[in-house]
Amino acid sequence: MPALIDIIEAGRPVEHHTPWRRAVVTPRIWNLAVEQLAEGRWSLLGLWGEPETVHMALLDAARGIGVISLKSPGGRYPSVGRRHPPALRLERAAADLFGLLPQGLPDTRRWLDHSHWGVSHPLATRPQPPVAASSYRFLAAEGDSLHQIPVGPVHAGIIEPGHFRFTASGETVVRLEERLGYVHKGIEGLMAGSPIDRAARLAGRTSGDSTVAYSLAFARAVEAALGVEVPPRALWLRALMAELERVANHLGDIGAICNDAAFAIMHAHCGVLRERVLRASDAAFGHRLMRDCIVPGGVASDLREEGEHAVRSVIVEIRQRFPHLVELYDNTASLQDRTVATGRLGVELARQYAAGGYVGRASGRDFDARRTPGYAPYDELAFEVPALQEGDVNARVWIRIREVEQSLSLVEQILDRLPDGPIRVDVTQPDGPREGLALVEGFRGDILAWLRIGEGGLVERCHLRDPSWFQWPLLEAAIEGNIVADFPLCNKSFNCSYSGHDL
Amino acid sequence: MRKLLLESLIRPPLTERPPLAREAAIDELAHALDGAARKRLGRSLSIRAVDTGSCNGCELEMHALNNAFYDIERFGFRFVASPRHADVLLVTGPVTKNMREALKRTWDATPNPKWVVALGDCARNGGCFAGSYAVVGGVSEVLPVDLHIPGCPPPPIEILKGLLALIEE
Repeated sequence: MPALIDIIEAGRPVEHHTPWRRAVVTPRIWNLAVEQLAEGRWSLLGLWGEPETVHMALLDAARGIGVISLKSPGGRYPSVGRRHPPALRLERAAADLFGLLPQGLPDTRRWLDHSHWGVSHPLATRPQPPVAASSYRFLAAEGDSLHQIPVGPVHAGIIEPGHFRFTASGETVVRLEERLGYVHKGIEGLMAGSPIDRAARLAGRTSGDSTVAYSLAFARAVEAALGVEVPPRALWLRALMAELERVANHLGDIGAICNDAAFAIMHAHCGVLRERVLRASDAAFGHRLMRDCIVPGGVASDLREEGEHAVRSVIVEIRQRFPHLVELYDNTASLQDRTVATGRLGVELARQYAAGGYVGRASGRDFDARRTPGYAPYDELAFEVPALQEGDVNARVWIRIREVEQSLSLVEQILDRLPDGPIRVDVTQPDGPREGLALVEGFRGDILAWLRIGEGGLVERCHLRDPSWFQWPLLEAAIEGNIVADFPLCNKSFNCSYSGHDL
Repeated sequence: MRKLLLESLIRPPLTERPPLAREAAIDELAHALDGAARKRLGRSLSIRAVDTGSCNGCELEMHALNNAFYDIERFGFRFVASPRHADVLLVTGPVTKNMREALKRTWDATPNPKWVVALGDCARNGGCFAGSYAVVGGVSEVLPVDLHIPGCPPPPIEILKGLLALIEE
């Protein structure tokens, strides 16, 4: 049984890839790594393409993180998804964008490419003329009296677009299949060749609800690549923003999940607390969602004096009011009836898909990028990572409740111990290609950012992997056997990002 | 729950004072709106949100309009589930090529008289996503736009000011 480090050492190391190592490997070693994934020894952190090359980021729980790359002349390479299903959609996306040809991939339907771009393989060295549109074949479900319900891409609410195809037997869902890619904006294509500051703005607009986490992931990847030492005060302010973003999103989600069970009072009260957090963030950093506040090299603006006061008072208010809401949630039988045992996700699937965030933690996977691999200043802060085994909607609510409590404590710790000093340093120009990788914990789970900075300090290639890539497929599993009317509840409890996934 | 409800009765309301309609929006609309149609709708507007490629930031602020601070329904605005019930399409994001057809069909399903409000910087001209192989551009590339509400994302109060301009006499 090889360790990840052995696999990396068996390949040709790539210079200037920080902080973890990257190696170009042979197809034999590639397949050996796929074997480890399939047998559940390692987790897949990401898979992305480049013209004639495919990369895979791996997590060996005991020995850390590494990236392996395989040259694929003519685009052909041995498929990962063939043995390890979590890679399926990532491989389909890389095939659409770069014309890569994963050999043995069981599902060769296009994923992001809906035949509307006017070009095929837009990010390949030589993009091809478009291929004629053929209708999308949804997977079959066979049996007596089954019927299909098509939903979307335009949904009945203030929601992002995507298509859900339900096959139901009466009220019971037999199969759900998602079709995504509607909000594909070509972010990776726009980033290629962009100056760092423009790419940073794009990264911050990958998934609006995680704008802080994405800006942080991108900035950390740039700083790793270029060896930039970020001043301590900036690191702490970044964590402050990240925790405020987490609290705001969790509060919104807890209320919205209850609202989908027609329990509007929770939604109203959580909505008030969420609004207070956004206003405090605005007072502290000048933007309600703190967009573009984290930049490579530090943070864009310092914490304002009135902002610190606003954040402290919102913490006091939440501490005062939130416990009553939690009690209400816990003691309302009609609400519990909807959330308990609904949309169960098994521990084994959560592990196989390396599901991050509340989806993973509600199903026994207590991974948190703030702790492992960890990054400053979290190594100096005290916090717990809650985990449950039940995997139902209720468990995903409780993980959020516990995380709100943890984040409140983190915000207080940060404000009490915030170091003085500068908040930003200049990002230097590299004298050759430099590569960086970062893994950052957003409210939804771990976000991976990988990039190469080349000539003139321009971004040559950047890949951002949203936690939703590994959560969307699990929603299909969690809904099985539930009734159609519980889908909104299950979907909201996952709250996957469409934009973050579609890029 | 009883305690929470009772507290809500005795606490002062959180709701903000109604803002004034944004003047720039009124000017923009002066050319676009036909007075007769406005008269027929009175002070009630049904809004259908359509995300055609947004990062979901605009959606977050649209959701906020429903919270106790902004309480958008007191002005007669309602978010509705079907374009067939809508007077206004509130469109966010650059229009992606994969969403162009869906946006057109949503518009076709909306009965006359109808207006299109483009929400956020991306909806104006594609914002930072303009020029991508996957993006058409602003909403006006696909539909006639009556009003733009700028911002990235526009704060709820700005969305409210823009929408109020639609029903101001």
